Amino acid sequence: MTEITPVPSLADRLAAASPDWVARRANGLSDRSIAWLFIAPTIVLLLAINIFPLIWTIHLSFTNYRANRPNAPLKSVGLDHYQSILSDPDIWSAMQATAHFVVWTIVLQTLLGFALAWLIDRKFRGHALWTTIILIPMMLSPAVVGNFWRFLYQPQIGLFNYLVSFISGVPPSSFEMIGSVQLAPWSIILVDTWMWTPYVALIILAGLRSIPDYIYEAAEVDRASKWRQFWSITLPMVLPFIMLAVLFRGIENFKMFDMVNLLTSGGPGSTTEVASITLKREAFEKWRTGFSSAFAIILFVTVFGLANIYVKALNRVRQR
Amino acid sequence: MKKYLTGAAALVAAAALVPTAPAFAQPKTITLCWAAWDPANALVELSKDFTAKSGVGMKFEFVPWPNFADRMLNELNSKGKLCDLMIGDSQWIGGAAENSHYVKLNDFFAKEGIKMDDFMPATVLGYSEWPKGTPNCWALPAMGDALGWTYRKDWFARPDIQADFKKKYGRDLAVPKTLAELTEIAQFFQGREIDGKKVYGAAIFTERGSEGITMGVSNFLYPYGFKYQDPKKPYSMAGFVNSADAVKGLEAYKALFKCCTPPGYTDAYMQEGLDAFKSGQVALQMNWFAFFPGLYKDPKVGGEHIGFFVNPPQKEHGSQLGGQGISVVSYSPNKAEALAYIKWFAQPDVQKKWWALGGYSAHKAVLNDPGFAKTAPFASDFLTAMGEVVDFWAEPSYAQLLLAEQKRIHDYVVADKGTAKEALDALIKDWQKVFKDDGKLN
Repeated sequence: MTEITPVPSLADRLAAASPDWVARRANGLSDRSIAWLFIAPTIVLLLAINIFPLIWTIHLSFTNYRANRPNAPLKSVGLDHYQSILSDPDIWSAMQATAHFVVWTIVLQTLLGFALAWLIDRKFRGHALWTTIILIPMMLSPAVVGNFWRFLYQPQIGLFNYLVSFISGVPPSSFEMIGSVQLAPWSIILVDTWMWTPYVALIILAGLRSIPDYIYEAAEVDRASKWRQFWSITLPMVLPFIMLAVLFRGIENFKMFDMVNLLTSGGPGSTTEVASITLKREAFEKWRTGFSSAFAIILFVTVFGLANIYVKALNRVRQR
Repeated sequence: MKKYLTGAAALVAAAALVPTAPAFAQPKTITLCWAAWDPANALVELSKDFTAKSGVGMKFEFVPWPNFADRMLNELNSKGKLCDLMIGDSQWIGGAAENSHYVKLNDFFAKEGIKMDDFMPATVLGYSEWPKGTPNCWALPAMGDALGWTYRKDWFARPDIQADFKKKYGRDLAVPKTLAELTEIAQFFQGREIDGKKVYGAAIFTERGSEGITMGVSNFLYPYGFKYQDPKKPYSMAGFVNSADAVKGLEAYKALFKCCTPPGYTDAYMQEGLDAFKSGQVALQMNWFAFFPGLYKDPKVGGEHIGFFVNPPQKEHGSQLGGQGISVVSYSPNKAEALAYIKWFAQPDVQKKWWALGGYSAHKAVLNDPGFAKTAPFASDFLTAMGEVVDFWAEPSYAQLLLAEQKRIHDYVVADKGTAKEALDALIKDWQKVFKDDGKLN
């Protein structure tokens, strides 16, 4: 009969490797307790830097608190801030500007990102060099990109205006990208698309490369046209990756701040004042901490809610 | 063994009892916070005398104007110890006083014999007092400033340009006597070719992010008759902020922006104005007097090429107040040294040197000197401008009031949203909301 050596418990092993005084204490603990002990620092850290600020923000959103007037008496205002945010036309205009920005950047980046990924996936001369060049914009700091494009858009000396002038024959200083109400939102969309399309392309490229060749070979045997292969094989198999890229860019662009701030500061007027710019002004320029906390919570719930619905849809697509 | 232990214990006890060796006495250093601009460099130079006299070293924290308020108000609100001395904007005085960010200086002034009567009244009211008009001082006037204009004197003097102008407007091309004349001059130069280069009318303030367009438009609103409130009924703004005259002033500013600024001039403040003027793009430039010494020294557009004038009147006189007072930050661990700096800075001799180096003294010993007007080509204009300045709200909620005006004015002037009347009506509503929140309006 074979004698089975009992496997020492985690607590026993830990006790064996620990100094005496630690071992004596650890010996009395269950595996579950030890596991809790290990994850406790992470949980404490998470509570301290994520959960506590969130709860505190929710608390502040029901008060008249202003961070620049710490000595003023704190009063509860109930749902007043939420009510005034949801009925404020300026806030709705900021939300519209945000939606316009998010929708168009996602559409353009997905289309162009797919095209780029498709291109990079093919083998051609100088393939590696071109891939590196294409990826450069996403490696730059948004602050650099913002300042850089501000110069490019300058009507008198900006290269962008000269390029448009060269192509269209319109005098370069006859139009202003960031100073015009019609063009300013598009000028930001253009810069964001220039910067982040490579990122979307990278994710889609990973999807394209994950499709096994034998599926295409089988399709060839079945005499499926290239168009049919694209619609029946490529697109369905890449779709989860596209949806993931859309999720990342959607969340990121919903809270877009730096580039808009550098390019237009929300102007001309309030044309490009996206929600994050309004939030920053309320919180750190007007110092309406209670009001801005309520606005932050509304934005958080919006992004969190939309992202959750989206993730569910994504999972459904992946399970297909 | 016992012997060794006793010896060791004795050593430990001796080490504990012996006082630590005195460190070499480090000279004290204090930090002065201000905006990064020409006068700040002059102050660095001036402050060397303070260090030489007192032995207190000086460090400086200068932040570019567009970020100055954000950065420094954050510092004050977080009770930071970075700044011992703060040269803060005039509009901060209400908030800084009510939130105890600045040290109240009345007792110190009385003890050291520093009199506010020695300083120009507009600067005392604008930079030092809170509540306004009461003898509660939170700062010493440090840098007098107001908005003024520069023009291309060399272009104005050209016979061909003079002739063209006279033909078109029936008068000589000269420094404008009214804002309407100023707009005509800007129109005249807009798109004109001078020395083979296309030039433009005027560089004015249109910046959206901080305070730019508000500081610019005020120089049209005040002369046209805009008032912040009913002088007899504080915080009552209807009929004053949106009076027919104020509407005309706002329309005139928009007309100047639309007709006569260089292309792409939709988000421009001081630096953009300086760039446009120094590169020979514009005939007229709106900017703060603080920059005029530097412009006058400019090898390309300074000297004989440049002229200066006070913001022209229309219905009445009025220029936007700039400038700052110097305060001691309540959270400073070096208050004694910071106060010593203020005491030193308030001396007439130091103030004279401050002016000579390029700073704008507000001390009467400098300004009332019979020779003052001849010390610089813009000196007499500075005195005139300081005699007619109006300041923006200096309430504790000034930032909210300012941001509301930035939005409403930029929406109307640059983004073509609504009418001037609608913009000013909306501004009143925004301001009323702020004052209601503050409990100053029912």
